Amino acid sequence: MQLTLLALVLALLTMIGFLVGRSRAAASVGGRVAELHSVPSYHGVYVALWAGLPALLLFVVWTASEGWLALQLVLSALPDRLTTGDGQSVSLLKADILNLARGIATGREADPLVVEAARRYAALRDLAGWSLLAVGASIAVAGLAWGSRRIGPDLRARPAVERVVRVALVVCSLVAILTTVGIVLSLLFEALRFFSVVSPLDFLFGTHWSPQMAMRADQVGSSGSFGAIPLFAGTLLITVIAMAVAVPVGLMAAIYMSEYAGRGMRTWLKPALEILAGIPTVVYGFFAALTMAPVVRSVGEALGLDVSSESALAAGIVMGVMIIPFVSSLSDDVINAVPQSLRDGSYGLGATKSETIRQVVLPAALPGIVAAVMLAVSRAIGETMIVTMASGLTANLTANPLQAVTTVTTQIATLLVGDQEFDSPKTLSAFGLGLVLFLVTLCLNMVALRVVRTYREKYD
Amino acid sequence: MTDLVERDVAAVTPSPSPSTAPKSRLRSEAFARRLRARHAAERRFRLAGAAAVALAALILVLLLGSIVAKGASAFLEARIRLEVTLDPAEVADRNYTALLRRALYAQFPQVTDRAGRRVLNDLLSSGAPYEIEAMVAKTPALAGTTQTIWVRADDQIDQLVKGAYRRDLPESERGISDAKVAAADALLASAALAQGFNTTLFTAGDSREPEQAGIGGAIVGSLLTLLVTMALSVPTGIAAAVYLEEFAPKNRWTDLIEVNINNLAAVPSIIFGLLGLAVFLGFFGMPRSAPLVGGLVMALMTLPVIIIASRVALKAVPPSVREAALGIGASPLQTVLHHVLPLALPGILTGTIIGMARALGETAPLLMIGMVAFVVDIPHGLTDSATVLPVQIYMWADSPERAFTERTSAAILILLGVLILLNGAAVILRKVFERRW
Repeated sequence: MQLTLLALVLALLTMIGFLVGRSRAAASVGGRVAELHSVPSYHGVYVALWAGLPALLLFVVWTASEGWLALQLVLSALPDRLTTGDGQSVSLLKADILNLARGIATGREADPLVVEAARRYAALRDLAGWSLLAVGASIAVAGLAWGSRRIGPDLRARPAVERVVRVALVVCSLVAILTTVGIVLSLLFEALRFFSVVSPLDFLFGTHWSPQMAMRADQVGSSGSFGAIPLFAGTLLITVIAMAVAVPVGLMAAIYMSEYAGRGMRTWLKPALEILAGIPTVVYGFFAALTMAPVVRSVGEALGLDVSSESALAAGIVMGVMIIPFVSSLSDDVINAVPQSLRDGSYGLGATKSETIRQVVLPAALPGIVAAVMLAVSRAIGETMIVTMASGLTANLTANPLQAVTTVTTQIATLLVGDQEFDSPKTLSAFGLGLVLFLVTLCLNMVALRVVRTYREKYD
Repeated sequence: MTDLVERDVAAVTPSPSPSTAPKSRLRSEAFARRLRARHAAERRFRLAGAAAVALAALILVLLLGSIVAKGASAFLEARIRLEVTLDPAEVADRNYTALLRRALYAQFPQVTDRAGRRVLNDLLSSGAPYEIEAMVAKTPALAGTTQTIWVRADDQIDQLVKGAYRRDLPESERGISDAKVAAADALLASAALAQGFNTTLFTAGDSREPEQAGIGGAIVGSLLTLLVTMALSVPTGIAAAVYLEEFAPKNRWTDLIEVNINNLAAVPSIIFGLLGLAVFLGFFGMPRSAPLVGGLVMALMTLPVIIIASRVALKAVPPSVREAALGIGASPLQTVLHHVLPLALPGILTGTIIGMARALGETAPLLMIGMVAFVVDIPHGLTDSATVLPVQIYMWADSPERAFTERTSAAILILLGVLILLNGAAVILRKVFERRW
């Protein structure tokens, strides 16, 4: 509530700042705007920035630290017998306080001290909200006053405003870097916690995957086993099947569209393939599980084969279909980038069109096509929904496409769905798998993107 | 093309020319044979290309066809007509179940035993009493009157009416009992069981009972998530693209940013889910299942798409526009904001729409941050528990009930419809505003 109010107050003050700045600037030169250093509206933005920006920064810092600070204050007031203990009981205590303060029942009789602490916490948060509103509003008013006092014919308002805008632009372009850093750090941090329990060698080279952990140490079979080789093998199997579908079909479709199809046909075919690319993966998953798997199974049974109902083949074929437009549009770009002079030279020597394509165009485009296939492989490895819905959960180490296998992404998804404690090796193992997945796809992408880049330069 | 080939063949085929002419190697029988073989290979190659395209198109038709075939019937639902006497005492007690059952028994006066009546009770949806309750709450004057009301039927009856059960199978294999089939047939014969447009599908939240489940909650969740995504990723993405394309010096640092953005666009989506789980939920302690967190994760995911598309659009604006603006005294920032950006806007918008369409169809990262929860209520705010349309599809696809398969397909049809609209808008935008310089 207070936050909404603050946002409204800030918006209002910024708007007033703009109007005040603009009119004061015009007034300071008696309406002869040409005598100003900058256009009046820049003066307006200048004052608006003074009114809005400091208050906004305060708001960000405050909301980031407020909850934590209030909790620490409340905890320090509690007797030691509650706050000392292992990490788990303290985090439980914190969760209880937060839940009680929000009015959510914890499901068990709460210590009166904890209830009292929760009440205090809620009161503190409320107080903090109001004081933020007061402080934020007064800073905004002060900024408005300061900014508008500086308005005058000599104020260089435009360069000042442009400096702020440029800083904002740089910050926005850094978000992408921060995202990568965030991905690497979060994966690395959680994966290291996992590797402190399970040795990386056992993880990378073990052949038995069963992440089920017993809740208590004295239970039978309490240690899960985290050998990820079956997952890697399963991922590889499904990827190979997908590529066996996607590469020939996608490549031939790209050749046909760029070399044979007329202009009218291409305007229809390209969007049709784009539709295939735009279908959400969950739809492909549904199609794989409910349409393709039964078809594969009944065909296999008609041939006298033993087909699992969650066969790798069904998931792989559908994944291949998903990747066809990806392969074809990338190859299409690459084939179009081959200079016409190469083709003309080949025709001049008397080659037919298909001979030209096979012996001149494709070899010239080969690096780009290889890069396209690598990008497609990276995509197949990282695809989650099709395999989660259509492939199995049990980790089989097999090369038989008719059996059920599981993949890295399926395991990540199933390990982390549902409420689980965040500290168990079972959940942490998902981050170990995530790290492997990230590194493998990163390598594939890096190499492929570099090849595409140098290749483009070669024919430009 | 083809006639050209035939003409070539005719030109080199040995003709009964006067034997005095020197025999050319091009007119030999072997050469003609080789040429025919080469042209046959040409035709085969071309056919293979056409076959590949046809295969892709066929699969698309198959996929859409199978989903339409499964899902079209979900837009209708079976309803049962009852003459309900709204006894004021029962209404006061809110005992609507009893009212409904009495009305139902009245339609089957011959059924008096308990087993028979239990079958009758199962004809109605367990949500039917709430329909009456809502009706009476709206107009309290109805109490004491007798009303003709169409209430929702149970999902088995619904599926029976739609012909999903094979009547020729024996009872044990059919999945629905003979007694229910007979009761439904009796209702059908007296026109007391009919299909109407299924509004529940669009308005209701999730439910364990297929006939009461709808995608209303998921649609609101998707909208909220998309709102957060758009509010964050569009301004940030455009700003980043403007900086990289117009202001950034060409050095190692900007090279790094560029390589990084291209890589980020190819990172598997599930990795973004892990990032959201570890950073937003684990580190910042944001609520699980909230559209706010979902929107944040999606924003990070679509950011590279928007940056790349915006950079392409900015690059397409010719340098003469910038030079003209700078020449009449605009500052670099004014040049970009007043001249370059407006000209690049259609391209940027197209890229943004495509990015949003991708975010709307994405499932995997949202599973990681707990948006896979069973949420009955329609969310009202950014921090309420919510789910989105693709995740709802994922959850329903796992349900064993026959009626859920139908609803899943219908939800997919709605999702695809929205996506086609979005992509169509992008295509039209590109066509209308495309400028060749």
